[in-house]
Amino acid sequence: MLKYLFKRNEDIPPGTAAVFFGFSSIMWFVIGTGLGSFNAAKLAFPDFVTGTELFSFGHMRQVHVLAVIFGWISMAFAMAMMYITPALGNTKLWSEKLGVWNCLLWNIGLSLGLTLLWFGMSSGREYSDFPWVIDLYIAAFMALPLAFNVWMTIITRRTQGIYTTNWFFGASVFMVAIVFIVGNSPEWFSLTGLSEAYMTWWFAHNVLGLWITPVAAAIAYYTVPKVTGNPLYSHRIGHLHFWSVVVFYSTPAAHHLMSAPLPEWLKSFASVEGVLILVPAIAFVSNLLLTMTGKWHMFVENVEIKFTITGVMLAIPLNMQGGFQQTRAINWYVHGTGWIVAHAHLALLGFSTFLEGAAVYYGLQTLLRRKLYSLSLANFHFWFLLIGFAIYWISMTIAGLIQGAGKIYEVPYIDVVIAEHPYMIARWIGGTMVFTGNLVWLYNMYMTAKAGTEIPEGRLPHELAYER
Amino acid sequence: MAFREYKVGARLFGVALGGSMLITLYLPTVDMTSVAVTETGLTKQLSYGHVSGFSYEDPFLRGDGKPKTVTLNKDPSTHADMETVQAYVYEPGIKFPSGIIHPRTLGPGATELSLEKGKIEDANMDDGAVFVISRGTSKGETVFYIENATATRGWKYDQVLSAGGDANTHYVGSGKIMFVREGCWWCHTLLPEQTQDWQYFGVPPRLGDYNGESPTAFGSDRKAPDLLHVGSRNSSKEWMMMHFFNPRLVQPHSIMPRYDYLWGDKDADGKSIDFDGWRAAYNDYAAGDTLTPPDVPSYASNSEIRYLMDFILSLK
Repeated sequence: MLKYLFKRNEDIPPGTAAVFFGFSSIMWFVIGTGLGSFNAAKLAFPDFVTGTELFSFGHMRQVHVLAVIFGWISMAFAMAMMYITPALGNTKLWSEKLGVWNCLLWNIGLSLGLTLLWFGMSSGREYSDFPWVIDLYIAAFMALPLAFNVWMTIITRRTQGIYTTNWFFGASVFMVAIVFIVGNSPEWFSLTGLSEAYMTWWFAHNVLGLWITPVAAAIAYYTVPKVTGNPLYSHRIGHLHFWSVVVFYSTPAAHHLMSAPLPEWLKSFASVEGVLILVPAIAFVSNLLLTMTGKWHMFVENVEIKFTITGVMLAIPLNMQGGFQQTRAINWYVHGTGWIVAHAHLALLGFSTFLEGAAVYYGLQTLLRRKLYSLSLANFHFWFLLIGFAIYWISMTIAGLIQGAGKIYEVPYIDVVIAEHPYMIARWIGGTMVFTGNLVWLYNMYMTAKAGTEIPEGRLPHELAYER
Repeated sequence: MAFREYKVGARLFGVALGGSMLITLYLPTVDMTSVAVTETGLTKQLSYGHVSGFSYEDPFLRGDGKPKTVTLNKDPSTHADMETVQAYVYEPGIKFPSGIIHPRTLGPGATELSLEKGKIEDANMDDGAVFVISRGTSKGETVFYIENATATRGWKYDQVLSAGGDANTHYVGSGKIMFVREGCWWCHTLLPEQTQDWQYFGVPPRLGDYNGESPTAFGSDRKAPDLLHVGSRNSSKEWMMMHFFNPRLVQPHSIMPRYDYLWGDKDADGKSIDFDGWRAAYNDYAAGDTLTPPDVPSYASNSEIRYLMDFILSLK
């Protein structure tokens, strides 16, 4: 990839940037889940690797979180945008060279930022932990070049309309840039106090609501019709999804701070808007599942559809939890417990990871023009991700309910810690399974690039039979 | 422009996102800035200093560039007896907190009193300054404000430090840096919940408790007790020392990491701390081979653990 950095744009093969982003995202997923497994081991066995500053839980936790958000999820998104946006516009990526540079600078910036964070150089604000210097770098060299490339590709498209996926891509890169810059502004302008705390959660909420959720959904709008050959069930429901994301998902940030002394009207407003998140959720899930009509056999036979539809179906418990757990009636019980940790993993490791995984599987095969090396390894990956995630989610949900009960019955905290211990071990086992699955995935994709069957011109990867 | 057929959509998108930001950013900020800072809020910002995360003054989060909190019961310039006062000492070059740089953030009443009676505008970062918290009235209500004791009482920063002495000087601001750097807030919240935490973890904070503090480090994922009022529940330095060095010494079921590395290389007497020897002795104790655990080394007066303990014990 690096050899293309100083080539003329026309001399860079289409798809180079997407392949670069795709493999980077898998690498970061391996690193991120490896860190997650390591951290989980420390919660189960506190004297595992002890007494060293750099390997203490407090130094590693945020590195895991930001490695998966900025490395795995966001780079997989960038990968998907780099090949899906031009494909849907019947054109080439506006600048392959910008894309390759974007990916290189992304890897450099993220490595630097995570290293600083690892050494403890943090802003002390959850999800926007990076020091403000790194925030500026992320805005200038990671977010904006990607946004510019996506917009210019949409503008220079050779189709008349814009397909659903590209509405989401174009709008989300805009919204995430605004959210990132506004959300981190307290560090640049020294805003303080409760306004700063609220801005921290305004950022954390909106980066999920206006970046991770809609982009993951947009990927499904592409992969399901593309691979099954069915047209999207309803363009109109797509409209409903898009507009309700912009209107309802951008407003409930305050529900993350239901127990903080924020203005009461703001909490009530956020809580009502939070329930309305079910509108885009139901629109999305129903639209995609109805698109599957007549092709349900592919849910079993086809790796990309298996991943995508699993992700879509995980959006059902995700949004049922998300819509209601933030209301006052439920939030007082589960707030700040493992229930929320389980929910966050349902969103990022369940719902969105499965959708992105499909995009990376499908995109790398299409761009490299190589059939997936091994179906068995892909199935191994799928089941290790799904079972590992399920163990994690169930154990943390139970741990959260124990914590919730402990808090309302005023049980001494140490008894809660003792009661949670078996679930901490289960969480570590689940996380380790996810990490193992990802190692296998990395090997499978490397072998696909090296030794996958070549896909003839004019054919799509899913039209060919698997050879292993 | 190929976007032309999306003119209506693009404008509606702007209206929707703009409207959302108006409601969720502008209106709450107007509300939150209309509340005056409480005494707790002033204590926090004066003892923590400007920023408790990454900053120019302290890029590596070592606790540099922070004020010191000194407990005084004699007037440092006249040496006359007086009621106990917490003085916040900003040595030359230490950056002032937000409320002094931008007095407007103190909120209605507190801003005016701090400027008029507290003379905070006379304070100069290059010369250093000493601040105290005072009580006054504004429009019939009791309001707490910042008093620049260097201007109003003639207290110089060096006089206050020598009057207090090491035993009465607390590195609360540097300790909060440790709290952020070591990620204590990933498990210990600083936010008792309004619904059910009153009995166990104490009174939930109020709206004005945070003016000028950055970051608030609320934490969101509670895996351990809330610490906002921990200094009121447990103020034993000995317990804290053992708990930080190895939490299993005082609570066998604790899952907290050991923070023995915050002791640094040398103990209070300047002797090297033998961590390997300590661990071997502790392992014998944990295995049941010895009856008592090894003693926790006493910490040096400029060690990071001192900073952190000063911060934790300041959380009343």
